[in-house]
Amino acid sequence: MKKITIAVLTLAIFSLAFKFDGQKIPSATLKKLDGTKINSSTFSNNGKPMIIDFWATWCKPCKKELDAIAETYEDWQKETGVKLIAISIDDARSSSKVVTDVKAKGWTYEVYIDENQDFKRAMNVNNVPHTFLVNGKGEIVWSHNSYAEGDEAKLYEELKKLVKGEKLEH
Amino acid sequence: MKKTFAKLILSIGICSASSFFAQENKNTQSVTGNFQIDAANYSKDTLIGADPGSQVVRYNSFGNVNYAYGNFTAGVRFESYQPPLLGYLPGYTGTGIPYKYARYRHDNIDVTVGSFYDQFGSGMCFRSYEDRGLLYDNAMNGMRVIFTPKDGITLKGIIGKQRTYFDLSPGVVRGLDGEINLTQLFNNDSDYVKNYRHFAYKVRRVPKKTFRGIKRIFNKNSLRDSTAYPNDSILYRPLKTQIIIGGSFVSKYQADQDPTLVLPENVGCAAGRLNIIRGGFNFYAEGSYKINDPSYQNNFSYKDGKGLFASVSYATKGGLTFLFTGKMIDNMSFRSDRNATNTIDMINYSPAITKNHTYMMMAYVPYASQMNGEIGASGEIQYKFKKGTLLGGKYGTDVTFNGSVMFAPDTTGLPYAQDSIRHYKYKVNYGSVGKEFFHDVNIEIGKKINKHLKFTLMFATQFINQAQVQYNTLDKKDHPDVHSKIWVADVTWRYKTGKAIRFEAQNFLTKDTVNAYGSGSWMTGLIEWTPSSNWFVVLADQYNYGNKDATKQVHYYYGSLIYVSGPTRITLSYGRQRAGIFCAGGVCRFVPSANALTISISTSF
Repeated sequence: MKKITIAVLTLAIFSLAFKFDGQKIPSATLKKLDGTKINSSTFSNNGKPMIIDFWATWCKPCKKELDAIAETYEDWQKETGVKLIAISIDDARSSSKVVTDVKAKGWTYEVYIDENQDFKRAMNVNNVPHTFLVNGKGEIVWSHNSYAEGDEAKLYEELKKLVKGEKLEH
Repeated sequence: MKKTFAKLILSIGICSASSFFAQENKNTQSVTGNFQIDAANYSKDTLIGADPGSQVVRYNSFGNVNYAYGNFTAGVRFESYQPPLLGYLPGYTGTGIPYKYARYRHDNIDVTVGSFYDQFGSGMCFRSYEDRGLLYDNAMNGMRVIFTPKDGITLKGIIGKQRTYFDLSPGVVRGLDGEINLTQLFNNDSDYVKNYRHFAYKVRRVPKKTFRGIKRIFNKNSLRDSTAYPNDSILYRPLKTQIIIGGSFVSKYQADQDPTLVLPENVGCAAGRLNIIRGGFNFYAEGSYKINDPSYQNNFSYKDGKGLFASVSYATKGGLTFLFTGKMIDNMSFRSDRNATNTIDMINYSPAITKNHTYMMMAYVPYASQMNGEIGASGEIQYKFKKGTLLGGKYGTDVTFNGSVMFAPDTTGLPYAQDSIRHYKYKVNYGSVGKEFFHDVNIEIGKKINKHLKFTLMFATQFINQAQVQYNTLDKKDHPDVHSKIWVADVTWRYKTGKAIRFEAQNFLTKDTVNAYGSGSWMTGLIEWTPSSNWFVVLADQYNYGNKDATKQVHYYYGSLIYVSGPTRITLSYGRQRAGIFCAGGVCRFVPSANALTISISTSF
């Protein structure tokens, strides 16, 4: 038992040194709304940044966040060229609701379903909403858990810093 | 076993560390993970009947560490519950590394050795799944191979034993699944497809009633001659309708050690599915069949099992959406241990089609899939009134109307004599339904008034047959039927950028007695203050004002302080938690009342 604890601790310490710098988007198979599949490691936005947002149809704060971003999404796209990818973690109980929710909300994001939660596990997401910023090289550089009113403004600040090449903060 | 894994982890750690210091392959190698701990210190609270016993400190904790190097990934999850928080299965008491895997993916092959989660279709025959918040985990431990010979074709093979607390299930699970996206196959450039397209193109262009035209279609030479058709692009236009078919077969093996019954040691379950998608239209249907599988849950009935699930949805461009779901299952409990109860060793999954509510009072008497049998339907219509219209106002208005109803199957009991030693117990009369289990009709309106103010209003009327759904008994004396009406108002006031106060008022109205503890109507109030994006302060009170026993008309106060920074979240809370039924994975469990000081920390790296 002691050995295991030491091993896990060793790993944890070394992993801290890695942080997010240079961490590419891990590989997992996701379902598109048209029924075909896509691998998360192929996500790209032609050298422009991306936002990856984990949500679920039953998660109220998630929908609030995506609604709030939707209001200014066009401006964000114009100014930074950003693309938002919304990853639904709904399972078979509610995955058929993803497409109706997205259409009813009028969201224009790229939406994929992580029905088996492989991508959620690969991205180490504990709870939704969880938001990631990905730079133009496809590296995860920032993440934030939960949504508070006004968080979208903070996300946008970080996004602008990322585009300018400044240092990001949590 | 444990030593080997410790060595494995250490070696991975050393490898990753050394390469880090060497600054090599920095972009292809990574170590990531997350962890969470929820710890509580319980107090005795006689007013609400909370008695934690002598072990007052309890916790649930886990930590994942994942290592990736190119196409190779490996990881472990350390878990510890000594003992788990109140309301979770006490069998989880323990510490160890129940989850460990190594996975290699290259081109069209994907192999996992160790623990994995997967599902076939919607899970009617197989789904291994985890929900850490609910402490639900039936991970497979064995091997999985996923083979994708070409785009649109996926073949999966799985074998192994399911996680059972910190041990493995007595039965072995084996399964195969195949899925073909017909459209993707037809959208490639094979000659066959081209010829098919030529043919289809020509059929469309035949002048009606012309013999010559028909003859032209069957003229082989012109079929191959694409130059004959000036508008060549039509031949390469991809088909827009996606048609996906799939099928799976899963079997379990468990030795028969019963002295009297002759139990089937190998039990098979087969399922087939069809999904058609075009634009905003989506149709999904799945049917399943399971051979005789006497188990503790089905009262050792030798009857076979059947299931059918279908959903159809349509979304218009104008923001109007429809979703209808129908479902029938009979005797579909399928576990890798025929004596298992609760959420343990479940091989398959049947989603509840009722609405998954987020507001506390809406989910006060929740419904869960009845694996022994249920039949029902649900529907949801959503519409967004556009900005600038009378009902839409400046920002638009979201309206959701949802309804569902579930029944027991209509059954006829069979006398034992008719069954000889293998008892079928009952037969199902298809075409009619039995007693009503549950219904829920609700409407939700969401509206943003201006930059500062937005609200959600919700109303529901619900019915639940508590005795059968939650307590698995026909005796309604202690668990009477409950009819209820529920109101929710949720108002958010953003008084400054990044600063907000949210109010929730909820009312659960009933004349009936909910569960054996005599509770009737409830009122809930909640205030959530967000002074900055890093902090939340929550104060809540649930008041059981309708309890028939006046001494039990108590307030359940609750306070929470939450700090969030990046991926890290720390929650400190104190207060009373009401007793109740919580449902997950098709199974409901009873959570006792408690009075506790709780701390939760979660982060990822």
